[in-house]
Amino acid sequence: MEVAVFAIFALLSVGFAIVVVAHPHPVKSTMSMVVVLFCMAVLFALLGAPFVAAVQVLVYTGAILVLFLFVLMLLNIGRERASAGGQPAQRWVALVGAAFFAGFLGMLLWRTHGPDTLDALTPDYLSIHRLSWELFTTWLLPFELVGLLLLVAVVAAYAMARAPQPGEMTPAAQPGIVTAAAAESAEPGGETT
Amino acid sequence: MSVELWATLAKYFAWVIALLGLLAPVMVWVERRGMALIQDRRGPNRVGPFGLIQPLADVLKFIFKEEIVPTAADRTMYLLGPILALVPALTTFVVIPLGPDLVLSSGTRIPMAVVDGDVGVLLFLSLSSLGVYSLVCSGYGSNNKYSQLGAIRATAQLISYELALGMAILAVLLPVGSFRLADVVAYQQEHGWNVLLQLPGFLVFLVASFAETNRLPFDLPEAESELVSGYNTEYGSMKWALFYSAEYVNMASLAALLSTLYLGGWSLPGVELPNSWLGVLAGAGILGAKVLFWMAFFIWVRFTFPRFRYDQLMRLGWKVLLPIALLTLLGVAVLVVAKVY
Repeated sequence: MEVAVFAIFALLSVGFAIVVVAHPHPVKSTMSMVVVLFCMAVLFALLGAPFVAAVQVLVYTGAILVLFLFVLMLLNIGRERASAGGQPAQRWVALVGAAFFAGFLGMLLWRTHGPDTLDALTPDYLSIHRLSWELFTTWLLPFELVGLLLLVAVVAAYAMARAPQPGEMTPAAQPGIVTAAAAESAEPGGETT
Repeated sequence: MSVELWATLAKYFAWVIALLGLLAPVMVWVERRGMALIQDRRGPNRVGPFGLIQPLADVLKFIFKEEIVPTAADRTMYLLGPILALVPALTTFVVIPLGPDLVLSSGTRIPMAVVDGDVGVLLFLSLSSLGVYSLVCSGYGSNNKYSQLGAIRATAQLISYELALGMAILAVLLPVGSFRLADVVAYQQEHGWNVLLQLPGFLVFLVASFAETNRLPFDLPEAESELVSGYNTEYGSMKWALFYSAEYVNMASLAALLSTLYLGGWSLPGVELPNSWLGVLAGAGILGAKVLFWMAFFIWVRFTFPRFRYDQLMRLGWKVLLPIALLTLLGVAVLVVAKVY
């Protein structure tokens, strides 16, 4: 039973992950991403971590990807034009990234199957009480730093996106894509994204 | 199969039958007659006594109507829309306890929430947040500018109000110290209803729940005076009926959550329900009565207030509700630390 559920959702997530990368339509890519993240939540639940699963769905599929879709639909982005290849430098960067990922994966496999194996996480360790205790005592500083990082990103995004004030130096007027949709929700869009 | 598995299935299907088979059709009638009452009209009164059989006639009509998919629509996403509306709607209620734990003669203790896990109300929030993809799929897949505008509005609105809703819920959970809704009910049996203890949080939750269920005065994704019918403009027959029933199921689930968080759930003050079938039935009846009250309230509000403008909706969400919810959370946290609460 567990193996069957794992197999179904693992295959689904890998399949839809390929769709995310390969599909020419950004909205459909994002929708596939929703499926991938949901499948991963199921896998987390299967591993005995219901809290991680619930937060995964709540934060990623419930909020972040909805914002992705909001922006995509606001800008009314259609099919991606076929730009196969891209910059030559991109390939090298991608290759390096892939090598890093492969190395990381290999290290994980070695550590789980090698001589000194990692201990399995116990249900006690994954309970909400224990998790929040660890987060707010042992890992308080990293936790707060991550929060600070997000705050910096929000401030930077606001500074970049806000309309220039009358007396300010204006960057070269950008040819903004104004669609009916963008014009309609332009104001609240600035607050939510 | 074990007793637990059977009990889980029985509880789940009891919910589905109660919501989809009983509540949704009755609510269609109540809404239309209530609307007529408020607007000084007669409402449906031809089929059966007081038009009571009208929902059945409607369903028959929906089933026999021709299935039409617009030529320019994106077929997959268009058809996915109504399905994605009903599936999350039919899963969110699983964490709400229906009554006191049932203790069988063999000594087995069966909790009355379908899923009685550690994560509790988080599961409700995460599943209900998936509902927005139905609006996105239908709005985007219809290939209609009004539908798409509705979908864009829905994404922004649901995110904004979910935040305030979550903060209000956190303030309730803080003194309880648990995400399990059964614990929230037990806490209220001991200390009194949360609506008295956390009135600002309750009001935030109430207002945000109108936005979460796309009901007037916050039904901007539909807004028939501006967007024809918003995200569901291109839908007819049973596909449209799925949206409609999902809306009622969502309303009922949110009303049940509201009653559980703020109004004692299945319990009444001063009443001790036994851990038997009788107690469970009484608990379910009490919760049902509270849910019906809030459903009537939803309808009353719908035909009393005009629709908000889109910028007003956003301003209310971010500049009024969220600060109130955050202040409530902060105040409750201080009180909990000071051991007053």
